[in-house]
Formats: sequence, C-alpha cells, structure tokens
Amino acid sequence: MTNLGPASASGPAPGPPHRRGILLRSAGVRFALVYAAVFGISAFLLAVALWYSTLGLLQHQVQNAIHNDTQALMEHEQLGGLPSLEAAIRSRVTNASDPDGIYLLLSATGEILTGNLDHWPAGLTQDNVWYEVPVARQGVNSVALLKVQPLPGGLKLLVGRDVRARLELRNVLRAGLIWALSLMIALGLLGALLIRSLFRRTIRDISLTTSAIARGDIARRVPVSGVGDEFDELALTINEMLDRIARLMDGVRQVSNAIAHDLRTPVTRARSRLEDAALHASTKEEMQAAIDRATQDLDGIVSVFEALLRISEIEAGSRRAAIAPIDLAPVLEDMDELYRAVAEEKQIVLNTEIAAPLPVLADRDLIQQAVVNLLDNALKFSESLTVVNFSASLVDGVVQIVVADRGPGIAEKDRARATERFFRAEAARNTVGSGLGLALVMAVAQLHNGTLRLQDNHPGLRAVISIPTYNKR
Amino acid sequence: MRILVVEDDKDVAGFVLKGLREAGHTVEHADNGRDGLFLAASENFDAIILDRMLPGGIDGLRLLETLRGQDNTTPVLFLSALGQVDDRVKGLKAGGDDYLTKPFAFAELLARVEALTRRGKGDGPATRLQVGDLEMDLLSRSVRRGTQKIDLQPREFRLLEYLMRHAGQVVTRTMLLEGVWDYHFDPQTNVIDVHISRLRQKVDKPFETPLLHTVRNAGYMLRAEDI
Repeated sequence: MTNLGPASASGPAPGPPHRRGILLRSAGVRFALVYAAVFGISAFLLAVALWYSTLGLLQHQVQNAIHNDTQALMEHEQLGGLPSLEAAIRSRVTNASDPDGIYLLLSATGEILTGNLDHWPAGLTQDNVWYEVPVARQGVNSVALLKVQPLPGGLKLLVGRDVRARLELRNVLRAGLIWALSLMIALGLLGALLIRSLFRRTIRDISLTTSAIARGDIARRVPVSGVGDEFDELALTINEMLDRIARLMDGVRQVSNAIAHDLRTPVTRARSRLEDAALHASTKEEMQAAIDRATQDLDGIVSVFEALLRISEIEAGSRRAAIAPIDLAPVLEDMDELYRAVAEEKQIVLNTEIAAPLPVLADRDLIQQAVVNLLDNALKFSESLTVVNFSASLVDGVVQIVVADRGPGIAEKDRARATERFFRAEAARNTVGSGLGLALVMAVAQLHNGTLRLQDNHPGLRAVISIPTYNKR
Repeated sequence: MRILVVEDDKDVAGFVLKGLREAGHTVEHADNGRDGLFLAASENFDAIILDRMLPGGIDGLRLLETLRGQDNTTPVLFLSALGQVDDRVKGLKAGGDDYLTKPFAFAELLARVEALTRRGKGDGPATRLQVGDLEMDLLSRSVRRGTQKIDLQPREFRLLEYLMRHAGQVVTRTMLLEGVWDYHFDPQTNVIDVHISRLRQKVDKPFETPLLHTVRNAGYMLRAEDI
C-alpha cells in the first residue's frame, strides 16, 4: 500500500532562505553593490587610460628619434657614400650623444662593418618593421627597440634605442597603478558600506515609525532631518498622510462615541414607549398612539444617521465630483423665497440682501443644505417680531453668506465646539434638533475650501460662510 | 395597477405587498434578481419596485440595465439601503425613474409608485389642467376657479401645477420639495406645510368646497369630490 510515512514525505527542509539570497534582497546592499561596481569600473578605466597614454607617448617618442636618426644616417650615405656613413656611426657611438643609441652596419656578406652591438640580434628578418628584442651591448644584456633599414649594395643598417630604462619605468608605473587600484577598490567598498548604512538608517526611521503605527501607536511620526532632501520630502508626505488618517480616525471615533451616547437616548425612548404600550395599553387607541410615537422616534433616529453619513461623506471628499461652476445668487434667492413664508408665519422679519452674480465652484445641493441648516436654526431660535438678516456678497474674491438672528446666540466658550457633531449648547437643550446642523455646514464650507465663522450678533448668532469665488480665467 | 416587487427581505417584501394590495393593486413578487428579471421581461407591469442588493447573481442595477437594453420602459422605483448621493445618481443613470432609501414610510413608497405610473401615461404636453372647477392655463400661466381669477406667485403656480398633475394622488412633502424646489434633503422646519397653507388661502379659502386635502401621516392630495 502507500507508504507515506514521515520519512518519505520529508524532502529538503524548508529552512531559512540562503544568506546570499537575503543579502541580495536588501535594497541597501543592492545600491551599495551598484555603487561599488560603478566606482570600480571607472577607476579601472582611468588606470588603463593612464597606462596606455603614458607608455604610448614614450614609445612614440623613441620611435620618432629612431626614425629621424635613420634618416640622418641615410643622408650621410647618399652624400658621402659608405665611408661617410661609417664615420657618422662611429662618431655617434664614441661621442655617446645618446647613450641609449644602438647602431649596427652589416655588409652584404653579413660581416659587421661598424656599430655598438656584439652581434646581429636573432629574429630580425624583415626590413622597416619595429622589433623589441633582447640585445647584447658590449657583453651587457639589455632590451632594445630596433628597425632595419636596407641600403644600396645589400648593406643593412640597424638603428635602435635601448629601452631598458623605459621598461623599468613601466614596471614602476604598473606597481603604482596596482596600488592605486587596490586603494580604489577598498574605498569603493567602504563607500558602499556607508551608502548601505545610510540607506538603512533612513529606511529604518520610516519602517520603525510605520510598524509602531501598525501596532497602534498612531501618534508616532517619521523624524525629519531638516536637510530638505528626498528622504525629508518622503518623510513629510508620510507624516501628512498620517495626520490625515489620524483626523479621519478621530472623526470616526467621535461618531462612534456619539452613536454610543447620543443615539442611546432616542432608542431608549422608542423602546420604553413600545414596552410600556405592550404592558399597559388597555385600548386599541392607546396602542396605536404608542406605535405612532415610536415610529416618529425611529424616523428621528434615521434622520440623525443620514445626517451623520452625509457629513462623513462630505468630509471624506467623495462629493468632489459634483462640484461645478455656478452662480449662487439665484440659488440663494430661491432659499429666501422658500423661507420667507416660514418667517412670515412666525412673524419674523426676514431681511434679505443678495448681490449678483456670485460665481463659485460649488456643489449646489450641499450649499443649499448648508444654508437651509443656518436658516432653520435662525428661525427656530428667533422670537416673533425680531429680525433675521440673510445676506450674500462678493468681497475681495470671497463670497460671504451671512445668516444673523436675534435669538439667544451661542456663548463665547461654546462657539468653538458648536460645530462638533452632537454638540448642543445649554440654551438649545430643550429645542428639537440633532446637534448635527452646524457640523454639516462646517463640513460643506471646508469641502469648498471655505470657512464657517460663528460670531456674536449682540445679541444673537451671526453665522458666516466664506467661499473663494470662481474666476473663469 | 399591476406592480412587480423584487425584494429579498421577507419582512420588507411582505409589508410592501400587503400595503400595495390594500391600496387596490395587483402584485407579483420575486425574491432574487434572476426571477425578477424573468418576470419583468416576460410579463407586463405598470411599475417595478426594485431592491438594489439582490441574491441570485443579478443585482438591481444589472437587472434594470438588462431590462432597458431590451427596450422595456416600465417605470422603475429603486428601494435601497444604499443611500449616498452617488448611489442615487447611479440608480437613476441606470434607467431608474425614482429612488427611495430604506428605511421608508409606506405612504411615501405608495405615493411615489402611483406618481410614476401616472407619469408613464402622459399623452403629449397638456396646455390646460383641470381639477373640479379649478382650471390652469399653462400657456397664459393663469388660474381660475369657477368664474374667479386667482393670482399666484410663480412658485405658488408651480406648486399648484405639480399638485394638479398628480390630482387624485397622494403627494408627499419630500416629493414636493424635489419636484417643485428641486431640493434633495429634508429641512427641519415645516416649510412645505407653510407654502401649502398659503396656497390654500388663495385656492380654497374663498370657496365652498375644499380641493386641497391633507392626508394624515402622508402628505397632500388635490381632488375634486369629497370621498
């Protein structure tokens, strides 16, 4: 049968990945290696270039000297014949004007006529070709660069230069370059290590911060060195992102707190009404009334939910798509017309002054809702026979919508908190409302890059929405 | 009227079906998208009430897009828990005629469904509307009741026009806010009631029989004879 014991099932143990694998997977090591490679290759190329240009120049100089010397000797031969040539060579050898000069004149039969070499070097078979061969000069072995020049009458003239000194120079240069190259490789590796540790330190700041945040420490931020480099930019961007996330989380926390505390009340009310009716209602009418009231309570809860969702929808910026250039003046005049009737009903004087045009980039629905909330509030808190001012104007590139009433207003200490969700000032505790109206107005103003300011109207509340105007150009 | 309800929640569906039957309509029900599409495509309905999130692989949007792809123009009202503005826009773009967010009041649903079926039966642009002895001339923009001319502000005229176009039907406050003012949210104050009562002052007050009735827990209705 099948024999799948633990022994046969065990293949190569899936141990930790190979060390080399780990090293290559580190971006720091990769960058460092690339750096070292680029540095090493450029250093090597520099050395090679130095090598060839120096030696090449020397070689060229020697060749030039030999060439000129040959030409001069050939002129002697042409003008004075063989004796003149021999004299010239001898004079060069004895005068030692150039101690490295090498000359040898061979007769057609192969005898040495004159010169300073002991014998014809082996291997020199072709004429007019450069040879670099070992030679013997008065018993001393050396190396020479040589060229053979054929002369009329089967004579052969060998002109050259002793290059032993040059070879020594080459060795010195080679040793120097090898040292320099080793030093460069060492420097390259050192640089690579530096880059790697620098990279790792910068990345570690970011990864330490993000993993701390992943563990729940949302207050942590990536340290910014202040140098203003790319890593600083990255750190700033990450910090900005974290700030935004923190704000959104605060919002969510606020909402969940609000739901936990503020919605408990109406839910409790609806529940007790229903339970009370179930236990105590004796007539069908009483039962019906309890159910109706509970339904109303539930509707109220739903409208609170909707307002909350609307606010978070606006704050999350998902309504940006609906923003278009519009003139607010007719929109606001419509609202004036809608609310004028309500004001008159309550014997409140609605004083409206709307300038035209009021071009803005706006979501019409949201602006309407924000202004409706302000007007609702103003009319709700106004006594009859008082005045509510509703005005809109364009001042210095900002469209200002003002709703000012003569009601109780909001106390100085509460004004900053009035736009928080579910905040209700003492004076407003006993009126209907969810405490979300101004929070929504605030969110709408901010979506439009504007502000909501709450001011004292002496007495009453003066709410000002400011939105930057829209310029077609 | 014959109405198809595509809704997977048993309680909601039962409540809606019962209410529609009580209002005198014939109702068919499908509890998933596949059956809903089959019924909607193979039979004739005056209106379809459609949930957006449905089991069975076909959701409400797909169902409607398929239906409209077959040139089926049955009026459709979305009834959905997806209440964000984008959701509403998506629903209307897919070919929906109206969008109602859960939770809802049955009166609102009924009024909207009945308004939809009326809208489907328009026989060309009317130039005159008449309810009882109330007459509206849409060309000269004048209103008279019996022999007496009634002066209306432009907005009052549009309010009355909306009510007359839906004469005999319940019209909710939200419908008026959307249809007459083009506002898509609920104000805290009773703005609509105030405007209706002003209209009443002009249209009903000086006359013997009232035409503009308040329907408790629902809205208003313009209707000629007292029932």
